[in-house]
Amino acid sequence: MSSKRPLTKTMSRTALTRTLVQKLKRDEAVIGGIGNTNFDLFAAGHRPQNFYMLGSMGLACPIALGVALAQPDRGVIALEGDGSILMGLGCLATIANLKPRNLTIIIWDNALYQITGKQPTATSAATDIVAVARGVGIATSEWVRDEAHFEKLIDRRFDEGGPALLAVKIDDAPGQGQTPRDPALIRNRFMKGLGAARAGALDA
Amino acid sequence: MNWSDSFLAILKDNDVRLISYVPDNVLTPLLKGVTADNYFLPVGATREDEAIGTLSGAYMAGLRGAAMMQTSGFALVGNTLASLVVPYQIPAIMVISERGTMGEFNIGQSLVARTMRPTLDALGIAHHTLTDTATMPFIVDSSIKQAFATQAPVAFILSPLLTGGNPAAHAKLKV
Repeated sequence: MSSKRPLTKTMSRTALTRTLVQKLKRDEAVIGGIGNTNFDLFAAGHRPQNFYMLGSMGLACPIALGVALAQPDRGVIALEGDGSILMGLGCLATIANLKPRNLTIIIWDNALYQITGKQPTATSAATDIVAVARGVGIATSEWVRDEAHFEKLIDRRFDEGGPALLAVKIDDAPGQGQTPRDPALIRNRFMKGLGAARAGALDA
Repeated sequence: MNWSDSFLAILKDNDVRLISYVPDNVLTPLLKGVTADNYFLPVGATREDEAIGTLSGAYMAGLRGAAMMQTSGFALVGNTLASLVVPYQIPAIMVISERGTMGEFNIGQSLVARTMRPTLDALGIAHHTLTDTATMPFIVDSSIKQAFATQAPVAFILSPLLTGGNPAAHAKLKV
């Protein structure tokens, strides 16, 4: 089987996640998929608009879609790995049909199920995530060529121009942080960050 | 008022606007009502776990939602309930049309149906089987309010006693 890996540069998820977080200026919501994706999101510096998944592999994009539909004026970014998006490619078709202009998907693609022992994923051989995204109808989908290209692509307002998908070829370095494992607290803080939490006496 | 109009009216009364779903014959009147009414925000999902993920994101951003599916679709969502809805305390409203009982012709449906209530019970998720239009409004209205008040999911199982069952099934049962 011939490899369809893109000819773009192999980059660092840790470094690019930091670049992304530093660029966010409008309280954008960021949904971090399970494992290394959200470890690096947490390591880039916690912010109230971050949501960290501790399971439900493959649902970063559906969760981000829900946030985007509920708050159409807020930019929403889903961070997801190649193994995770492969688990539920159908969500890309759903997003293509609903066309949320405030939703951007970033796929960190190292062609590995990295956290389970570096077994190869389908993107190691025949499958091209950008071609998949375009095929289901997300027209604004592209491979990121290098760090400068990444910075150029994210140097924009995230509350418009979507849905968009950026795929980034990354190395197999592990994530740098360790997300706190308290789901109820994560949910509550995220809701406060989005202005959707119930206010109460304990907030004082 | 028929069962589906009554059900949708209760969702509206409780500010439940986002309806994510994978279609089913029995759900057709509910889904027609949802798509015909601008109040609702329909999200046609490709899988039931995706539908629940979208509902969860919307809830956390301040928009209440319900996910509609059939029995076999519910069988796909165990991991989503155990690793997202229950631990993150998402008041997911699930509406499940009950296949596999009272006139089922498909052996796969009759088998998978047996996993539904044990799965809900194992995860401690409240579930109510809706059988008639007389008791349905009180059960649904009060249970939705309880779900949001207590940050806990709830499942409504639409029995063939309420809906008449799958309209395509009756002819196929003749052996």
